[in-house]
Amino acid sequence: MSLDLDLMIHSIPAALRGAGITVVMWIGGGLVAFAIGFLVALARRYGGRWVRWGLAGPIEILRGTPFLIQLFLLYYGGPFIGLRLEPYEAGFLGTSIYGAAYFSEIIRAGFEAVPRGHVEAATVLGLTRTQTVARILVPEMTLLILPSSINMMIVLLKETAVLSIITVPELTLVVTAIGSAHFAFVEALLLLALVYWGIVEAASALGRGLEAGLARYRMV
Amino acid sequence: MTDLTGRAAGPEVGSVALRIEGLSKTFGEHTVLKNVDLAVRHGVVTCLLGPSGSGKSTLLRCMAFLEEHDAGIITVYGEPLGFAPKPDGGRQRLPNAQVARVRRAIGMVFQQFNLWPHMTALGNVSEALKRVRGLSRREAEARAMSVLRRVDLADRAYHYPSQLSGGQQQRVAIARALAMEPRIMLFDEPTSSLDPELTGEVLSVMRHLAQEGMTMVVVTHEIGFAAQVASDVAFLDKGEILLRGLAKEIFAKPWHPRLADFLETYLDRGAAVLV
Repeated sequence: MSLDLDLMIHSIPAALRGAGITVVMWIGGGLVAFAIGFLVALARRYGGRWVRWGLAGPIEILRGTPFLIQLFLLYYGGPFIGLRLEPYEAGFLGTSIYGAAYFSEIIRAGFEAVPRGHVEAATVLGLTRTQTVARILVPEMTLLILPSSINMMIVLLKETAVLSIITVPELTLVVTAIGSAHFAFVEALLLLALVYWGIVEAASALGRGLEAGLARYRMV
Repeated sequence: MTDLTGRAAGPEVGSVALRIEGLSKTFGEHTVLKNVDLAVRHGVVTCLLGPSGSGKSTLLRCMAFLEEHDAGIITVYGEPLGFAPKPDGGRQRLPNAQVARVRRAIGMVFQQFNLWPHMTALGNVSEALKRVRGLSRREAEARAMSVLRRVDLADRAYHYPSQLSGGQQQRVAIARALAMEPRIMLFDEPTSSLDPELTGEVLSVMRHLAQEGMTMVVVTHEIGFAAQVASDVAFLDKGEILLRGLAKEIFAKPWHPRLADFLETYLDRGAAVLV
């Protein structure tokens, strides 16, 4: 038995179409996840005790349960509470919420890692809290969380494979379908792994470039 | 003893710039400052000395209202900072806007510099001029540049903190505070995190400031600097001011045994001859 390279090569166009959807779900969902995570982190930092407690619970649940199950519940369980979503919608929303739980923790830790003295300096100089957050905390926090955010994005990319189970025609669904149709599972999975790996490498390279470009802003 | 409890408030040298009455501060169970009274005189340098944990840094931080004192009143040029006395003898917390307004008179320099790493030296110095004073970018940067010139760092204006030595960073931090034209400058161990060969440039900037008549409160372990530059000295131990007075009298005759011990440890380490 040998690898059917021909099939792999012929499957590339379909795989790339699937990869396009994967990237949209991943980057789009990731950006929304970051935005929600940012707001949650701010609310936990500056909100009252009830806000903090109210947000801590859901975050723990989202981080403590498999993405697969969250997605199932959202897509198949949603209609029970009147939430009927298309696969794309459920996939995008699911990725955003799942990612937001992690990003909120990354960003919260990032805020805490900004030296207190940097905020005190701003306070004595008369900057308001909003100015301090916008001009000091957010830029410094962003630099601090860059490596862990890139890492999180890579994890999130691989998690989007789970969207195949709710029939989002992304990379994993498309390529495994080809594999099933031709009884060529090894070829399909190999191709799948290669495409994911390619995207991860591209993302990592981008991240390294970004980190290098921002190196001079680092704290001593 | 000198008149560190003088009553007059006004701009002439020697009048009271900042007054602390009955200040106490506790962190949890731990009392850091006990019923402290102090008058900081306008136009001269006051040094706060004392062993580690004596509360001198906390006292300085209270003067910037970075720590809220649990009892007592602080007035800055006659205006209450943070808490105002009530007629019935208690005190009331003042609104944050009021705190910010009184705090305008205060500039602070920290042991860890606390420059913002994502801004250039010029950015650090001009930031508050833009955001707080409402100056245009041009005006703010022009003024920031002239202050950087005063600390001899105009040629480093476009450097980021990570590209500056510790001494240069601390001078940028001094410029950042000076740019806001405070009436009182607070220094919290400004040379303690510097390599010994870099302390000189920072102390020299501070010496110049003192000569220009800036009102300064300095927490320091640089006894030599205190002896040369300070007019007034307060010596703290275990959260209380053990003694205070004119620097030249205190250093000439350290009659209090705790102060004598304290100074002795510096002389043991080969500190420069005092006075």
